[in-house]
Amino acid sequence: MRLKRIKGIKFGLLSPKEIRKMSASKIITPDTYGEDGFPIELGLVNQRIGVIDPGLRCKTCGGRMGECPGHFGHIELAAPIIHVGYAKMIYRILAATCRRCGKVLLGEEARVKFLDGIEQQKEKQADVGYVVKQVFKEAAKNDVCPFCDEIQKRIKYDKPTGYIEIDKEDKERRLMPTDVRERLEKIPDDDIPLFGMDPKNARPEWMIITVLPVPPVTARPSITLESGQRSEDDLTHKLVDIIRINQRFMENRDAGAPQLIIEDLWELLQYHISTYFNNEIPSIPPARHRSGRPLKTMTQRLKGKEGRFRGSLSGKRVNFSARTVISPDPEIEIDEVGVPKDIAKELTINVNVTERNLEAIRETLKRGSKHPGANYVRRSDDKKVKVTETNYELLAEELGVGWKVERHLQDGDIVLFNRQPSLHRLSIMAHYVRVMPGRTFRLNPTVCPPYNADYDGDEMNMHVLQTEEARAEAKILMAVKRNIMSPRFGRPIIGGIHDYITGLFILTWGEKRFEKEKAQDMLHRINIHDLGEPAGTFESSSGIQVPYWTGKQLFGRILPKQMELQFRGVVCGKCIERGEKCKKENCPREAYVVIKEGNLVCGVIDEMAIGSFKGKIIEQIFRLYGEDEAKKFINDFARLAINCIKQSGFSFGISDEDIPKEGKAQIREEAVYAAEHKVEELIRAYDAEELEALPGRSLEETLELLIMQELGRARDDAGDIAERYLGIENAAVLMAKSGARGSMLNLTQMAACVGQQSVRGERINRGYQGRTLPHFKSGDRRAEAHGFVRASFKDGLTATEYFLHAVGGREALVDTAVRTSQSGYFQRRLINALQDLEVKNDGTVRETRGTVVQFKYGDDGVDPSKSECGKVVDIDEIISDVIEVDVGS
Amino acid sequence: MKKETLSILEHELVPEHVLMDESEVKELLDKYKIRRVQLPKIKVSDPAINGMGAEVGDVVEITRQSRTAGKALSFRLVIG
Repeated sequence: MRLKRIKGIKFGLLSPKEIRKMSASKIITPDTYGEDGFPIELGLVNQRIGVIDPGLRCKTCGGRMGECPGHFGHIELAAPIIHVGYAKMIYRILAATCRRCGKVLLGEEARVKFLDGIEQQKEKQADVGYVVKQVFKEAAKNDVCPFCDEIQKRIKYDKPTGYIEIDKEDKERRLMPTDVRERLEKIPDDDIPLFGMDPKNARPEWMIITVLPVPPVTARPSITLESGQRSEDDLTHKLVDIIRINQRFMENRDAGAPQLIIEDLWELLQYHISTYFNNEIPSIPPARHRSGRPLKTMTQRLKGKEGRFRGSLSGKRVNFSARTVISPDPEIEIDEVGVPKDIAKELTINVNVTERNLEAIRETLKRGSKHPGANYVRRSDDKKVKVTETNYELLAEELGVGWKVERHLQDGDIVLFNRQPSLHRLSIMAHYVRVMPGRTFRLNPTVCPPYNADYDGDEMNMHVLQTEEARAEAKILMAVKRNIMSPRFGRPIIGGIHDYITGLFILTWGEKRFEKEKAQDMLHRINIHDLGEPAGTFESSSGIQVPYWTGKQLFGRILPKQMELQFRGVVCGKCIERGEKCKKENCPREAYVVIKEGNLVCGVIDEMAIGSFKGKIIEQIFRLYGEDEAKKFINDFARLAINCIKQSGFSFGISDEDIPKEGKAQIREEAVYAAEHKVEELIRAYDAEELEALPGRSLEETLELLIMQELGRARDDAGDIAERYLGIENAAVLMAKSGARGSMLNLTQMAACVGQQSVRGERINRGYQGRTLPHFKSGDRRAEAHGFVRASFKDGLTATEYFLHAVGGREALVDTAVRTSQSGYFQRRLINALQDLEVKNDGTVRETRGTVVQFKYGDDGVDPSKSECGKVVDIDEIISDVIEVDVGS
Repeated sequence: MKKETLSILEHELVPEHVLMDESEVKELLDKYKIRRVQLPKIKVSDPAINGMGAEVGDVVEITRQSRTAGKALSFRLVIG
């Protein structure tokens, strides 16, 4: 297909003449179907304006249902009606033109000046709106026509569709649509460009409706309810109203009814036509369905998220897709997805039968609609046949080259897998199908981070690719293994989480010894058969020397043979930052990881080594050995971690937060009471006016700041004391230190002290005048009175603490709600602005016309997912490689 | 009394704008195989262009400080 460039889009108004010309039928009767069940002649579901009943033929084009696109009809209105959408424009034009001669109220000089201005803007393909605005502003100022000297009257716009003329004596006269139309008709063609309109395509009087186009029935199909009753579309209902009132209007006028009644009916007709275009006009009540539901008319069909543009054109529902809850399955590969059998039987892949696959497909067909079977076949004569219980054997026999078979989804098929919100490209990746029992999609937990998925009820979508090109593209660009590296920060986004980190931490921390059988257990389901030399022997109870292997050794087994790597883990105590020397291999925390010749020489495996977002080892393997090796490594370490954590089991309970009595007392005395005492001291100093203000702060702000600092420190101190009583053997500490889950702060709050609650970065000050709760004295500045929670979650909070904690907690809740909605909208704007930009082969970023946006992508032309941490080169690493000295990162 | 005016061009956040001569422009367009209108645009009324005597149709070279590349070059076509 050749791409064509849109040169321009022309907008205009439909003239009454044009509406009649394109109309296939006049519509007179407000009824739809007759007694016989057939559409009524000249009715709203007219057979000339499209067919929606199977079996009938269109009387205009002869097409059947589905073939005939539908044709417009028209209603001749008894009286002109203002089009609500143009009401404001009509007002502006009325105010800007002479009431007698219709010319724009501008002197010749100004007229020419503005016409030139508009012409210039058009030449530049720029917006003429600005100039037009000035025309209206200037013209409305003149109260005498420069051409016929007629004295102008003031026009008042009576929302939404009324116009009132006010003369010098403040006498008001309502302009009927007929009057308005007459005035607009008088405007000469030469003046119309001043309004930014083109007289050939849009005469102003066409903004007054005299003939109403009726959309084809195909655009407002009626639906048959289960009871056999027909239910018409909202638009049809509205059109019925319009025709009814239109007819009554005509009858009354012909019968010579009084002006008052005529005007009432006119108003009513105006209301119906206004709401037909837009049922959400401010100041008029929306037209309602019998049930009380507001009708969905023209504007409502197009507008908003579920409207035609955003809901049906930019994004629409698709076939060959499935959605269900996800659940974890660590036994499947990282680039697989477990698909429920029921879904696999519903979703199909189209295969052409050739000589080479004939027999295989025959076997498939022989199973009929049992799982790896087929749902439909298209025979060589292009007849589509459903595979049923009765005909599948026959079809399998007849099957021949040239047929097409819609076969079930099978193991190994490639599909797209997606979780909303799709914020980055890794939210949609290609997975390989693995059909399994059950009703949920199964997902390897290591691929949760790119989707930001968890298993608390998340649902995900799957799309089955239908063409060979799509499958090839997905395999090359979207496969999970190709997206292990994040294009955002240049580190692996797929990697260990939670228990994987815990498991390997337990395995590699210290020196765990495994005898042969245990060691082989650890490597269960990992394709490694050589345990290597044992680390040593120990004497068993029966006095025999038993060889053993260490945890570090076992981890080394899954590393590539020649791998070399050194780094510091998350357990690192940041000795260098504190000005001390890194002890490296002798680190007491085992934070310094050394991998030599594919063996873990020292160090403990934590989040920095295999975690998603950090994962140094994964990164190195991906860069040096490629995506397949990286995928294999992720699979292997995941299994190793699970095997290890299964061995000892790993749990965390309320008693893990227990701190011995002396610890509790220490926390109370050394941290909490001490801080509270200091706060009181500060308050005393403030009251005695001994406190000195910090630069740029008032005395009161200084006090608050110092108190906040003091109380913040109190919590940290409490945490430090608690940490002394909770060793690494504590499950929560282990998880926090290894980076598996939670932080030391979480633990502090549970075991030692919850700490200061805050709203907008300050202590809680809201509530009553001068106090947060009636339990405190007014003006009390003590820690307790402003949301310092001295208890831990384990101890339990006092009533006032609990309340003030809820006050602080609410801010977090509101913040997240506001942030997600705001960032969501921001993302939408950003994506809309950037969606067509492309990095070309010469490294420039260009939009569709070839206009350069950036001369080099990101100024440096680097793809973060293919570079070291997003930098062009990692100088530190090159230096340490060459001179073999660790520069330190 | 002499009135001291502050030139925004001296502010550190305003990158350096230099007018290019015709041979440089040709070289640039050849390098990227683009037409003049495919360059990013800048208005003559832009304060950074104002004082340098550039006219509509000229091309300016802009040297920016960049977080990723240190220094980054960009080129803009002056438009009306």
